Amino acid sequence: MGAMTETPLKNIRNFSIVAHIDHGKSTLADRLIQMTGSLEEREMKEQVLDSMDIERERGITIKANTVRLEYDAKDGQHYVLNLIDTPGHVDFAYEVSRSLRACEGSLLVVDASQGVEAQTLANVYQAIDADHEIVTVLNKADLPAAEPDRVKEQIEEVIGLDASDALLISAKTGQGVEDVLEAIVTKLPPPKEGDRAAPLKAMLVDSWYDAYLGVIVLVRVIDGVMRKGQTIRMMGTDARYPVDRVGVLTPKLVVVPELGPGELGVFTASIKEVADTRVGDTITEDKKPTAAMLPGFKPAQPVVFCGLFPVDADDFEDLRSAIGKLRLNDASFSFEMETSAALGFGFRCGFLGLLHLEIIQERLSREFDLDLIATAPSVVYRMNMTDGSTTEMHNPADMPDVVKIASIEEPWIKATILTPDEYLGNILQLCQERRGIQTDLSYVGARAMVTYELPLNEVVFDFYDRLKSISKGYASFDYALHGYREGDLVKMQILVNEEPVDALSMLVHRAAAEKRGRLMCEKLKDLIPRHMFKIPIQAAIGGKVVARETISAMRKDVTAKCYGGDVSRKRKLLDKQKEGKKRMRQFGKVEIPQEAFIQVLKVGE
Amino acid sequence: MSALASIDSAPPRPLNGDDGSPGFGIYIHWPFCAAKCPYCDFNSHVRHRPVDQSRFVEAFLREMETMRGWTGPREVTSVFIGGGTPSLMQAGTVGALLEAVDRLWGLPDGIEITMEANPSSVDAGRFRGYRAAGVNRLSLGVQALNDADLKWLGRLHDTDEALKAIALARETFPRLSFDLIYARPGQTPEQWEAELRQAARHAADHMSLYQLTIEDGTPFKALYDAGKFEVPDPDRAADLFELTDAVTAEIGLPAYEVSNHAVPGSESRHNLTYWRYGDYAGIGPGAHGRFVGDGGKRVTITERHPESWAARVIEHGHGVVEEEALGAGAQGDELLLMGLRLVEGVDLARHEMLTGRALDTSRIAQLQEQGLLEPVANSRIRATLSGRLVLNALIAELAA
Repeated sequence: MGAMTETPLKNIRNFSIVAHIDHGKSTLADRLIQMTGSLEEREMKEQVLDSMDIERERGITIKANTVRLEYDAKDGQHYVLNLIDTPGHVDFAYEVSRSLRACEGSLLVVDASQGVEAQTLANVYQAIDADHEIVTVLNKADLPAAEPDRVKEQIEEVIGLDASDALLISAKTGQGVEDVLEAIVTKLPPPKEGDRAAPLKAMLVDSWYDAYLGVIVLVRVIDGVMRKGQTIRMMGTDARYPVDRVGVLTPKLVVVPELGPGELGVFTASIKEVADTRVGDTITEDKKPTAAMLPGFKPAQPVVFCGLFPVDADDFEDLRSAIGKLRLNDASFSFEMETSAALGFGFRCGFLGLLHLEIIQERLSREFDLDLIATAPSVVYRMNMTDGSTTEMHNPADMPDVVKIASIEEPWIKATILTPDEYLGNILQLCQERRGIQTDLSYVGARAMVTYELPLNEVVFDFYDRLKSISKGYASFDYALHGYREGDLVKMQILVNEEPVDALSMLVHRAAAEKRGRLMCEKLKDLIPRHMFKIPIQAAIGGKVVARETISAMRKDVTAKCYGGDVSRKRKLLDKQKEGKKRMRQFGKVEIPQEAFIQVLKVGE
Repeated sequence: MSALASIDSAPPRPLNGDDGSPGFGIYIHWPFCAAKCPYCDFNSHVRHRPVDQSRFVEAFLREMETMRGWTGPREVTSVFIGGGTPSLMQAGTVGALLEAVDRLWGLPDGIEITMEANPSSVDAGRFRGYRAAGVNRLSLGVQALNDADLKWLGRLHDTDEALKAIALARETFPRLSFDLIYARPGQTPEQWEAELRQAARHAADHMSLYQLTIEDGTPFKALYDAGKFEVPDPDRAADLFELTDAVTAEIGLPAYEVSNHAVPGSESRHNLTYWRYGDYAGIGPGAHGRFVGDGGKRVTITERHPESWAARVIEHGHGVVEEEALGAGAQGDELLLMGLRLVEGVDLARHEMLTGRALDTSRIAQLQEQGLLEPVANSRIRATLSGRLVLNALIAELAA
C-alpha cells in the first residue's frame, strides 16, 4: 500500500456512477469493491457506500461517498480507480454537479428491463455537461424481463449516447463486472495533467462528521500538493485550518504522505462542524495561495421550509440538541427558532427539497426518538411591497398585511416525467390541476416523456404521492428550479372552533383556494375526534370563510357497569387517556391529534 | 305529611339504611355459572362436575378471617354476594358465609344483604332458603323480557320463567332488583320503551338497566369484530339512554347512577359504597377490595381461578395476588371516576382533602358552561344527564 501516491497520473481513473434508484448502483459499487479486494470478506456488508440506515432502506444515497480501488488490469499495469458515489436525487443536484466535476468519467447504469428513468436523465446530462466520458452498463441483464436491445435503443434516442457497446452485466451475481473494470481503464480518460509545482488548488467535494476524527473533507486536487502540516484556506468562507491528516478511503481511511494533482482523497484539520465546509469551495495553501477560485461555487440554498415542533413540549431541548447534531453532518439544512401560538416552541427548518425534508424528519424521529409535528411545507415567496422593497417569506405566519403587498412571486420548477403510456392521461390531468404548463411531450417506444413547468408550491404537498398512486409506481419524476413568477396567491387559514391554527395556514393560488379549503376541512373533520361539544372547522381567506364543516358533539362515551372490581381498570384507562392527551395539541378548547397535522396535508383525490 | 312538617323532623331512615356516609361493605364472589353468557367478561367459570361447596366455604371463611385482621373492627353497612351465579349455592352455604361475617365484623340489624340470582326455576326453588339464611335483597339477572333476545344473550331462562321468578322473589324478599340489557342489535326506541314499561309493572323498588357493551375477550367481541351483528351507534344509543332516563323518572324509579334506578330510599346501599368511594373487603376468587389499612388506602385483588384461589387461601390464609397502596392522585381520580356516576354527585372538598390540591376551577366552569356539570348543595358537583352520557371524556377532562 506504500506506493499509493506514487501512481502515475495515467494510471488513475476518477469516476462516478449515474443511475436511477433501484437500478443497481450500490450493488455494482459493492461488487467493484469486492472484486478489487478493497475490503475483506468479513467487512463487506451489503451496500457499503450507503452507510446510513435510511440510505440502505430507501436504496438511495444521501451523502456522496468515495472509495479507492486498486486494480491490476489485463494490460499488466496497476491502476488506482477512485469511485465517487453521488447522491441520486434532484434535491442534491448541486452536490451531484460538484461530485461530477471531481471526475473525468461516469458509468451510466440502466436497469435492462426498466429502461431510462427521469432521474437518470437529469444526472447523465450533468455528467455530459462535466465533459465526462460515459460507459454504458445495462444491469440485471440476466433477468427474464431484460430487454437489452430495446433499452439500448432508448438510450440512444432519449439521451443521444451511442449504446452499441453497452456492457451487459448482473451486479448481483457478478457476471460482467470484470468487463466494467476493464472499460473504466480503457475507455475513461486519466485526470488532466496538473502542475505539482503550482500553488495548491483543490475542490471541496464533500464532507462529513466522524465521531472520532471530527469533520472529514473529501477533495479533488487540481494543482499543487496537499500534505500534513500545511495551513490551508477555504477560499469561499476564508477560514484557515492546519491539516493534521491526509489519506484515501479504501473505504477505510488510510493515511498517505500527500495528495497530488488528479488525486482524490480526504483530509482532517480540526474542523468542528460540517457547516464550516462548503461543497464546491476551493481549498488552497494559506501562505502560497492560488490566484483564482474554481468556478461554479454556490452555498446551499434551502428551497422548502417547514416548522418542526415536539409533540410533547417538554421535548423541546431534546429537539434542539438533535437538530444541532444532525446539522453537524448536514450543512445543507438551516434552522432557526420559531414560536407558534398553537404549537409552542419549535424550529423553522429549510431544506434543499422535499426528499431532504422527509429524510431529516425521519432521522430526527428514528435516530433521536423524537415525536414531531411538522407544519405544512412552504416554499420561499418573494413579496414585492408597495414601498418598492422586496422580502423573502419562508413562513405563511409571517405574511405581511396584504394592503402593503404589491405582488407575490413564487418559485417554479421544470419537471420531467417518464411514464408508461397508459398512465399519461391521469398524469397530464394532475399537472393541469396543479397549474402546470406543458412544454414538451414525446414518446420513446411505449413510454411517454413529458415536461411541465409547475409552481413548486403545488408540488410540495402531495404531488409525489399522487403521481405514484395514479401511475401505480411506474412514473418517474425529476425537477430543476426554473425561476420565479408572479402568482395570484392568497393566504388561507384554517380555523378550528373559531381559532386560527397557524400551523395549518398556507399560501394557495386564488383559483384553487376554495377547493383546497374544502378538502382540508373534510379531512380535518375525520381526523379530529369528536369532543363533548360541536366544533366548526373553517377555511378562510382574509375574513371570508370559503369552506366549512362541523364535527358534531360526542353524544355517548360512558361505561355501563362500574362496580368495586372495575375501579382499578378504569383508573388505568384514565391514565392512558391522560397520556393520550399529551399527544394532542390544545387549540382553545379543542385537542388535535399529532397525526392530523401530517395527514391533513395528504389531500388525496 | 305536609312540606312544613318535613323541615323540622329528621327524614325517616330509608329502607336501605343509608345515612349518606360512604360506608363499609363486604363483597363475596361465588365464581361458578351453569353456562357462560356470550356478553359476560366477569370472573365466572363453568364446572362439569359438581362443585364441592364445603371445600370452598372453608376457603371463604379462612380468607374472611385474614381480611378481618387487615380491616380491623369496622361497622359493616352492607353485604353483597355476587358472581358468577350465587344462586347455584345451597342455602346452607349462604348461611355459613353470613354467619362468618356476623362473627367476624358483626351484622347490625336490618342491614342490606343482597344476593345475585338467576331466574331459572331450579334457582328459584332455593329463594326461601336464602331468605331464611338472612338475605333481604335479591338481584335477579332477567336481562330481557323477550324470548328471542334471551336466547341470543345466552340466557338459560325464558320470559315466563323470569316473570315467575320475579313474582316469587317479591313474595319472598323485602327488596328486589333486576337487571335488563338494552341497546341490543336492531332494538328500536319503541321496542325498548314497551319492554321497559312492561318490566316496570313487575318491578319492586330497583332496576339496573345496562346498555349492551361488547367486552374484550368475550364471544360477542369475536362475533362483533367478524361483522356478525351491529349494535346501535353512539347517537342512537344516546337516544335510548335518554329515553330510559325519562321513562324511569316517570314511573317513580329515577336514575340515581348511570345504569341504576330506584324508588328513592331503595338505592343499593352496597353499590353506593363503591360509588361514594367507601371501603370494602373483597372475598373470593378475583374479588377486589379497597380499604384503609397500614395508614393508607389499599387495594387487594385475589387470584381469579377458583381452585387455585382456594389452594392459595389454604396455604397462605388469603388468595391476594395483587396489592397496591394508592397514592393521593390515584385516590382523587378514583373518587371522581366513581362519584360522578351518581346523581348525588361528588364532594369537591373531599377530593381536595384526598389529593391535597383543588381541581381546576376554570375547567369546572367550562364544563358547566357546556351543560355537562352542575353544582349541587355546598361543595358538591354532579354530571348532568348529558354529562353522564359522556362521562369517560368528562372525567378525563376534569382529571387531566
